[in-house]
Amino acid sequence: MMDWLYVTEVALAGLGAGALYALTGVAFVLIYKATRVVNLAIGEILMLGGYVFFGLVAGAGLPLWAAIPLTILAGAALGAVVERALIRPMLGESPISVFMVTIGLGSILAGVVELAWGADPLRLPEFIPNTPIFLGEAYVAPKVAYGALVAALLIAVAVAALRFSRGGVALRATARDQGAAYSMGIDVGRVFSLSWMAACATAAGAGVIVGAIGGISPTMGIFGLSVLVVVIVGGLDSVAGALVGGLLIGLVEALAGSFLGGEYKLLATFSLLILILMIRPYGIFGTHEIERL
Amino acid sequence: MSDGLNRSSRETAAPILTVDGLSLSFGGLRALSGVSFDVRHGSITALIGPNGAGKTSMFNAISGFYRPTSGRIIFDGVDISRERPPSRAKRGLARTFQNIALFRGMTVLDNIKLGRHAHLKTNVLDALFYRGGAHREEMELRQEVEERIIDFLEIQHIRHAPVAALPYGLQKRVELARALAMRPRILMLDEPVAGMNREETEDMARFILDVKEEWGVTILMVEHDMGMVMDISDHVVVLNFGQVIAQGRPSEVQNDPAVVSAYLGSGDLAQRIRKTEAA
Repeated sequence: MMDWLYVTEVALAGLGAGALYALTGVAFVLIYKATRVVNLAIGEILMLGGYVFFGLVAGAGLPLWAAIPLTILAGAALGAVVERALIRPMLGESPISVFMVTIGLGSILAGVVELAWGADPLRLPEFIPNTPIFLGEAYVAPKVAYGALVAALLIAVAVAALRFSRGGVALRATARDQGAAYSMGIDVGRVFSLSWMAACATAAGAGVIVGAIGGISPTMGIFGLSVLVVVIVGGLDSVAGALVGGLLIGLVEALAGSFLGGEYKLLATFSLLILILMIRPYGIFGTHEIERL
Repeated sequence: MSDGLNRSSRETAAPILTVDGLSLSFGGLRALSGVSFDVRHGSITALIGPNGAGKTSMFNAISGFYRPTSGRIIFDGVDISRERPPSRAKRGLARTFQNIALFRGMTVLDNIKLGRHAHLKTNVLDALFYRGGAHREEMELRQEVEERIIDFLEIQHIRHAPVAALPYGLQKRVELARALAMRPRILMLDEPVAGMNREETEDMARFILDVKEEWGVTILMVEHDMGMVMDISDHVVVLNFGQVIAQGRPSEVQNDPAVVSAYLGSGDLAQRIRKTEAA
């Protein structure tokens, strides 16, 4: 018979990974909601976050308490620059063109990182406590557990900011009706900028956690592919969708990887994607008027 | 009636908004050419004209969505022709839209609160984390919003309802409330009573008059309901094919031969007025 303890452990590991998918998914959704841009570079921005953190800690020798906020700030700065220099000039162009710009951005970021740090995978310095954690009888890798915890906290902050802060309200208003928001005195350009900054800061933060768990490499942007599946499953413009989708995809990947074999991970998630798109073309929580690419 | 009195006060009042020789082209298409008119302080000015005359284009140029090809828009003595919509909103220019543009998925109160967004003065960090100044402003805002606008527009019973669930007439009223929450100096209404029944139209006309009289807000409106336009306007500007063909008091405009012929395709203007009034 099946070993239920093992299943539980695999499921917990999957949910832990799913929390990181969810966090990065929230970053993706923030940008999509405000600007209707499908940002395929989110995985590479996450990767860059991991490398910036590595550079600050291992290269510049900064302590953790300085390196983490600096990494997040660097993410925000990158978001501001990218939005201003690459995305804003594309305003009014076809969504496909903007989409291609983000693909190009992803390639550039991966290339720059490879030039600067080389193509070999690197390990981030250990900073997550490594005393084993047990939930009941089930063992959870401490890195995964702490990573998920931090991800959950960050998501909570993002959701609260979106719900209650003025910037968040302005962002939601812009998402609903750009023209009305504009005439209401909401500076739509600033909302665009703010959403890119918040999203890239979140992705950079997620990069630190993902890197701490699995190490960093210029190809870790592939993480973004799973995140894309997550947000399509959940609905491109839905934060709740990113949460549910993230946990679901994390779980499915872990179960498929353990019980069918690693090569079935993508098969399982993409089959799930197709299934969900057949039943709900806009994702689980997506809004109907979404433009399809 | 008090028409003579109104008229003299109107004519001495300075214009709050002046449109001066405004032209607007989309490629080869001229939507507006050399449009000039004044909106006087404390007046209700109506912009009328057949379909496609350029009324909504004019509105969009005033609120900053379209950049005029030439000409100027002067608000309160300042040339705002090159300003973007948010800074025009900060100056006190509020508008509603022809097709209701409420933030669906939010409640009535949330929508109204967004109207005050333009005037909230705190920096980004405060705004993001909701502290100190932002909080006080929020409280002040809530009081003002709840006590004045909601009571005034008689929407107490729906303040927590999601706007998407409301009937059309109420949505229009919420849009008016949101515009009022911007503390406008001039309120631009794009077809405030379009698609409303008789009773809803009368309610809206009453609200518009009250906004003018009790709140001292100048009104500029585009409207097709001629009965309502002639009833409540102080000044009427008639556009046709992007040009001003007549302007003046309702009674003057009504009998203007140019106006009558512009409306010939869709029936004689006076007849239309009688018809809408009889309905």
